Amino acid sequence: MTLDEVKRHIEKHLPGVALKPVRESLLVENPLDLPRVVEFLKADGVLQLNYLSSVTGVDYLTFLECVYHLYSMENKTYSLQLRVRVDRENPHVPSLVPIFRGAEFQEREAYDMYGFQFDGHPDLRRILMWDGYVGYPMRKDYKQEDSEVLDRDDIEWLQKHGVSVAEEHIKMAESLQTGGESEQPESEQTEG
Amino acid sequence: MAFSKNKSQVDDGLKSELAKKGIVITTLNELYNWGRRSSIWPMQFGLACCAIEMIATACARYDIARFGAELFRASPRQADLIIIAGTVTKKMTPQVVRLYNQMAEPKYCITMGACSISGGPFIDGYNTLRGIDRFIPVDVHLPGCPPRPEALLYGLQTLQKKIDSQDFRKAPWYQKGLKREYAIPDLGPKGLIPKFNPEVWQPREEDHRKEKYGSPMVIGKKTKAPDLDAPPKQPKAPAPKPPKRSDDSAPPSKEA
Ligand code: SF4
Repeated sequence: MTLDEVKRHIEKHLPGVALKPVRESLLVENPLDLPRVVEFLKADGVLQLNYLSSVTGVDYLTFLECVYHLYSMENKTYSLQLRVRVDRENPHVPSLVPIFRGAEFQEREAYDMYGFQFDGHPDLRRILMWDGYVGYPMRKDYKQEDSEVLDRDDIEWLQKHGVSVAEEHIKMAESLQTGGESEQPESEQTEG
Repeated sequence: MAFSKNKSQVDDGLKSELAKKGIVITTLNELYNWGRRSSIWPMQFGLACCAIEMIATACARYDIARFGAELFRASPRQADLIIIAGTVTKKMTPQVVRLYNQMAEPKYCITMGACSISGGPFIDGYNTLRGIDRFIPVDVHLPGCPPRPEALLYGLQTLQKKIDSQDFRKAPWYQKGLKREYAIPDLGPKGLIPKFNPEVWQPREEDHRKEKYGSPMVIGKKTKAPDLDAPPKQPKAPAPKPPKRSDDSAPPSKEA
């Protein structure tokens, strides 16, 4: 089946679901339709897309996109990619765990890296990064720490643990604290 | 590194001459270090792809047993060498430092591969420690991605040379007040706290990488994203080749 045929097939059986082909995949225009579409595809006698092989995210700067790869263990020939687009500030996506139990860890990972809020997920917490980590590192505006200089937190920690710290590190930390949080000059903002 | 400290006073030629007659001359140091270097017990501990090379080195073909280091122990209490074989993530760092702290003296450390030396291919990652030497002292740095088993054997021999050069009368692990336990970092909101242990490691004075790319090579400043709705670009047809010039023809006239 070509993508167009799949699109028409879904639209015939699920009236009211808006789909749009994007490159080789289908964009589900309203994220709330996603569970319906996936449930239909899983149960459908023709497509039998009964295996959710991956859940990932993409950051497009103005919005976030969640990408699902569905595969059929019966037909073994065809895989379908579904996308949903959500707001960057409020990325709520319905969870697919009720349909595919295997989506649990994948959605946790997508939450960990991109911050998607999967509504209906039984246990949404970080999976790769540790608890207490702040931010979503795969988003394009995530700002990494500069690991070559010690901050004031580091100095405090070291002094508390009885490690001697040279004067220059302390001064450096103080200057960072007063001069803003990063010593990154603005001119280095260009990045390809 | 020079390993000449423990050279014996007796001429090597004379020694081997005497050895043929069944007389062995040695020093206590030599004997002691020979014993130590010939039975290094590494820790059974691998972190990423380099560990596969370490396993290959331990197997029959490369056979690390020839150098006396075949007994990989699964407990730090029984090991005297830790081979940091693989990428040290920030999440794993506290455990690695703790394992090193738990090893009995005398203890040695080999960093195997670019990752454990500096972060390697993942140096700009949000999740990778830029070299385990930020938290524990390292005896042998072994570059490569991954180093071949031969390289690991060479690294082991280098360590053996270092052991040979140590004097047990002055050995630090027999001295009083030895502090060889290092502070175990905590996991903070953006990475490790502290970012390095200044007693063990200091930032480089000249950091060419920093000059060139900024530090870190910043993610968070990416301003471009592909536009999926635009039609995919057609690959350009290759430009037609200019016709070949033969040497004896007149110089080609300029075309506009
Ligand atoms: S140095 Fe290369 S082979 Fe070794 S752990 Fe890192 S990426 Fe893997």
